[in-house]
Amino acid sequence: MYAALWRILPGPAWVRVLILLVLLAAVLYGLFWYVFPWVGQFINPQEATVGG
Amino acid sequence: MLCENHTVNEGMGDDGPRVAGPGEQTSRRALRLAAQADSAGPTVAAESPATTTEAPTPRPRRRASFLGVLGELLITAGVVALLYVAWQMWIGDMIIGSQKHSEASALSQSWLQQPSETPTASGSPSASPSAAPTAPADAVVPVMAAQDYGQKFGVMFIPRFGPNWQFTIAAGTGRHDILDAGEIGHYPDTAMPGDVGNTVYAAHRWTSGAPFDPIDKLVIGDAIVIQTPDGWYTYRFRTLEYVQDTQVEVLLPVPQQVGMAANGRYLTLTSCAPKLNMLERIIAYAVFDSFTPTSAGPPASLTQGVTA
Repeated sequence: MYAALWRILPGPAWVRVLILLVLLAAVLYGLFWYVFPWVGQFINPQEATVGG
Repeated sequence: MLCENHTVNEGMGDDGPRVAGPGEQTSRRALRLAAQADSAGPTVAAESPATTTEAPTPRPRRRASFLGVLGELLITAGVVALLYVAWQMWIGDMIIGSQKHSEASALSQSWLQQPSETPTASGSPSASPSAAPTAPADAVVPVMAAQDYGQKFGVMFIPRFGPNWQFTIAAGTGRHDILDAGEIGHYPDTAMPGDVGNTVYAAHRWTSGAPFDPIDKLVIGDAIVIQTPDGWYTYRFRTLEYVQDTQVEVLLPVPQQVGMAANGRYLTLTSCAPKLNMLERIIAYAVFDSFTPTSAGPPASLTQGVTA
């Protein structure tokens, strides 16, 4: 899977590494700003109020 | 190289350096099978030692096997799960916290830019904000009417938690729509800021921006300031208490004093304790110090920072 990703990327190795870093940053942004907050709604395990 | 030998033999027919025999016939048939099955190597080698040089030509790249892809997917899932933990513990609170700070700051600024209906008592308000007149605790303090559920009616500042620490206050303490959204929730049926009685707030201590994360770092005398369109209500922190989550007496007009009529202006914060847990609640009590109208500019409790 990742080997295939490496093969389909164009350019010399350092260009591929650069592209992969940009892709990684995009994936992390999507996870941290959108996916994880959405998931957190369902598994947020705390209460802060008294009296339920 | 095994593959080169093999290619030469194929190209030159039977003129290869080795004697063609029944074993080779077998192995060629096996090779064709291997080209389809991709797993005939051991079978070929087992038939005759001479055929070990007849290993199938490795293609320029291996096709991804089902197990290989599955393994990579599982590793990826594991990394994402660990990332989620890191996000929930640290990264998410920084991201959401800074978003909420910006929101609160914008709300606070919008109130400052509104022209105040009440004229300034004397002098220009911006000349010396820290020396602005502040009403003593027994003077008349404006109190806003109770707000509809979810209405963002205030901004809380606690200089001890950092110069940028500011969160909006919303009416109500609903888990999902208020606390999980990173708001500080105002308990309904408790006093509004500045009113006689007890004004009580809840917020998360981790996740959702973690407004009350450092609640156990409060020091006696620390300012807890609530800004509304009217101005700033400064309370001074007194003490912490740890209680069971059933201890609703902390919400009483005089906290923890059953049956006592309201005799002063108190502020109470509730959050979960221990951190990352929900066994108990941590309670912070504060008493009213002063009110500063919007026209007088930010009070000294905000501008002078924290001592020690």
